Amino acid sequence: MNWWETIRTGLEAVRSHRLRSGLTVLGILIGIAAVILTVGLGLGAQQQITQQINSLGSNLLIVGPGSSTSSSGIRGGFGSASTLTETDATALASKVVAPDIAAVAPAVQRSESLTAGASNWTTTVVGTTPEWVTVRARTVASGRFLTTQDVTDHTAVVVLAATTAQELFGPRDAVGQTVTVSGVPLSVIGVLSPAGSTAVANEDDQAIVPLSTAAERLFGGATRTSVQNIYLQAQSSNTLSAAYQEAEAELSNLHHITTPANEDFTITSQQSILNTATSATQTLTVLLGGIAAISLLVGGVGVMNIMLVSVTERIREIGLRKALGATPRVIRRQFLVEASVLGLSGGVLGVLLGVVAGLGLAKLISQPVVISPLATLGALAVAVAIGLVFGVYPASRAARLAPIEALRSE
Amino acid sequence: MTTDLFPTLQFPLLELRDVSKTYRSGSIQVQALREACIAIREGEFVAITGPSGSGKSTLMHVLGCLDSPTSGAYRLAGQDVSTMSEEELADVRNRQIGFVFQQFNLLPSLTAGRNVELPLCYAGVPRAERSARAREALARVGLAHRVEHRPGELSGGQQQRVAIARALVTDPALILADEPTGNLDSASTTDVLNLLAELHTAGRTIVLITHEADVAAAAARTVHTLDGAIFDDTGVHQGSTHRA
Ligand SMILES: Nc1ncnc2c1ncn2[C@@H]1O[C@H](COP(=O)(O)OP(=O)(O)OP(=O)(O)O)[C@@H](O)[C@H]1O
Ligand SMILES: [Mg+2]
Repeated sequence: MNWWETIRTGLEAVRSHRLRSGLTVLGILIGIAAVILTVGLGLGAQQQITQQINSLGSNLLIVGPGSSTSSSGIRGGFGSASTLTETDATALASKVVAPDIAAVAPAVQRSESLTAGASNWTTTVVGTTPEWVTVRARTVASGRFLTTQDVTDHTAVVVLAATTAQELFGPRDAVGQTVTVSGVPLSVIGVLSPAGSTAVANEDDQAIVPLSTAAERLFGGATRTSVQNIYLQAQSSNTLSAAYQEAEAELSNLHHITTPANEDFTITSQQSILNTATSATQTLTVLLGGIAAISLLVGGVGVMNIMLVSVTERIREIGLRKALGATPRVIRRQFLVEASVLGLSGGVLGVLLGVVAGLGLAKLISQPVVISPLATLGALAVAVAIGLVFGVYPASRAARLAPIEALRSE
Repeated sequence: MTTDLFPTLQFPLLELRDVSKTYRSGSIQVQALREACIAIREGEFVAITGPSGSGKSTLMHVLGCLDSPTSGAYRLAGQDVSTMSEEELADVRNRQIGFVFQQFNLLPSLTAGRNVELPLCYAGVPRAERSARAREALARVGLAHRVEHRPGELSGGQQQRVAIARALVTDPALILADEPTGNLDSASTTDVLNLLAELHTAGRTIVLITHEADVAAAAARTVHTLDGAIFDDTGVHQGSTHRA
């Protein structure tokens, strides 16, 4: 009997046992779809978090006040009693002191109520310098950003982030309008482009004013000389650690600190946030992968069961076919064809379902679902292999029995 | 002892010498065949009778290469079956032997036509020829109108006739039939016996198991089995060690 005939016989057997074939295909299908979905969700979360952190700005270092050490707890103060000053920022901007730092943006911030006509909106007001837009990797959608002139002159101007502009002015163009903060009227000179769909939501809800305006006219108090954060941008990702060291050395010098344990500032790199987040999401992916592997295993055991039962109940058929002149090889091939047809159709349908459900789920929960080719292939291989092993092995054993022995089996 | 038993030129097609078959289920042993000896020449029509459980079916299974004896030798067309490979055995079953089982053994998922075609599939006969020959064989057993029916949709007697058609379809030299008329009415029995007689006239060797004396009478030679032994062989050549 040639291969073509064998394939026809196998297909005939698959077709004539619809329920059994259907269940086998279903088992494989669900296992594979589950793997694709769960791994996809984990990878999606990982990708989203990476993008969110990247959207903070590229090659970013954030200098914050205070330092947490085991001996002294949190040194210095967060917020009002910040240990960082504009002088620190100016020093770090020096190409001589810190050649690997490309741009520096000191910032103060506070939650304030913004009023524009009848609209009222509470958001974060950030006082900073023109470099902020570069360091934080933002772009201006309309109007312009702050200039050095604005900072020197304490100009009463504000740049709104997209959501803030939307909340205050709706679809109207915000540029040229006036916003009142703490009784000070500020004229809107620009609106920022959205930070991107994956960014943290409040990146798009803030109002940027010149550092001097914030210090002198809006916030007052300690913020007159001190700043809460200094954003640094390294020349490139390769010089990030050099920039880190230069900043640490210069700040220690300026603050008269001799031992690193006494530092009254903390430098966080975007990379370190990323690493922490990545390791967290990797744990998530491993967890989801584990769940997926278990679902694949359960599906596999299901397929194994159906295959074993179906072959066992067909040992009589194998005996009869042998009695009519089938060689063990032909029997093996027939069952190989059957198991392959079931395995492959289950596999293909499972991949289809996994991908479609993944895309659907991504829409539904507005979170990316990443289809991993590796997980897909792995799941496919495992499911098909289980089908083949448990479909073909018992059949090939039965094919070695004397025909009458096989015919008599229950 | 049997070496000079066949002085004639005619070669025995089937030759059993001291064949025993013992079934073991747990500690219980059942000896279905006890040192059975029989020789059947080409073109013979032999009926095998005997009480239920006397080993008739077991004998047929050994003759049809469906089971191997526990001891003793079986030569088919001069060749020792125990030395034949799986492939050779499959080929013998496929081309030389047509088997009618006591329990029909039809595949329930296939139509009568496809069931009859099965041996032809394994013989590598092209599809068109296969279905033509299957229809022809079914027509010979009077089931031309049931080609597309599945075994579950047929009566016991009709299923038996499908099984007979399947045994005929390859045009084998040897037909082994285990109670082929067991489920048939007298008219159908006559039809089947006529069919077997026709095949016998055409030169086929036929071994037929039956309980009915008038069916056995259709054969030229009758062999009896009792308690696993073959005896009272009315043919020219007797081969039993259990001659009482
Ligand atoms: N697979 C088996 N395992 C154990 N014993 C068996 C097996 N097959 C047959 N036997 C026993 O071997 C003996 C001969 O059985 P066999 O089927 O050859 O009888 P038979 O002559 O065909 O009977 P019947 O006329 O009822 O069909 C019986 O005693 C039976 O119980
Ligand atoms: Mg019997």
